[in-house]
Amino acid sequence: MRTAIVDTPINAAALMAEVARHSNGATVLFVGTVRDLNDGRAVNGMEYTAYRSMAEREMADIAREAATRFGTTDIVVEHRIGVLELGEASVVIAVAHAHRGEAYDASRYVIEQLKQRVPIWKLEQYVDGSREWVHAGRGKGEAGRVGKGSEGRGTPDLEYQAAEEAPL
Amino acid sequence: MTVTVLLFASYADSLGARSMHFDMPQGATVADVLGRIRALPGADHLPSEPLMAVNERYARGTRVLEAGDEVAIIPPVAGG
Repeated sequence: MRTAIVDTPINAAALMAEVARHSNGATVLFVGTVRDLNDGRAVNGMEYTAYRSMAEREMADIAREAATRFGTTDIVVEHRIGVLELGEASVVIAVAHAHRGEAYDASRYVIEQLKQRVPIWKLEQYVDGSREWVHAGRGKGEAGRVGKGSEGRGTPDLEYQAAEEAPL
Repeated sequence: MTVTVLLFASYADSLGARSMHFDMPQGATVADVLGRIRALPGADHLPSEPLMAVNERYARGTRVLEAGDEVAIIPPVAGG
């Protein structure tokens, strides 16, 4: 199991190799990439920033939780920060397990928890030259200037529970 | 006692700083620190109940602080 915040391009194949083991019958590789459209606006890049020490701690917690829930320690997660271009990987999650069901479930768990809990933010850079922080739509009474972003499907309001009930 | 407050992303932009130090009385809570920040210019962009962390862990407003604690105001996260 390994989790990290990195400043350089992520090598997805290397992460996949890291979880390889003869007892594993299934490997799921999730790659999150910067896309060219958000909220109907043309995007040409993204700058990720993090509360790095806390982000690393939360990612490690999430990997441990996934290991406990789904029965595999073959989990490697890297999240990149800094300026990324379209198509570049911002996050890569490699999970391997004896069986595919648990591998898929663990991968899904890690990315969903990461998006809810890990203190990472992105400054979207639009083709028209403007920049805006992407906020996932949480925060009671959030000020209007905060862009709701295309992720604004209503992030479940469970950050505190997730953080405080997390098995250590 | 002195506590450090960390600001990020849009909150750092609004308040024009990434970190601050506050001299707080013994027994002060996370909510007390937030109250001090609310008095600053630019703080009107903070939501009514922002996520807070103490020493890299999410924490509630009632959490009592100790000298040297690192308090962070966490904007809605957007990783992935």
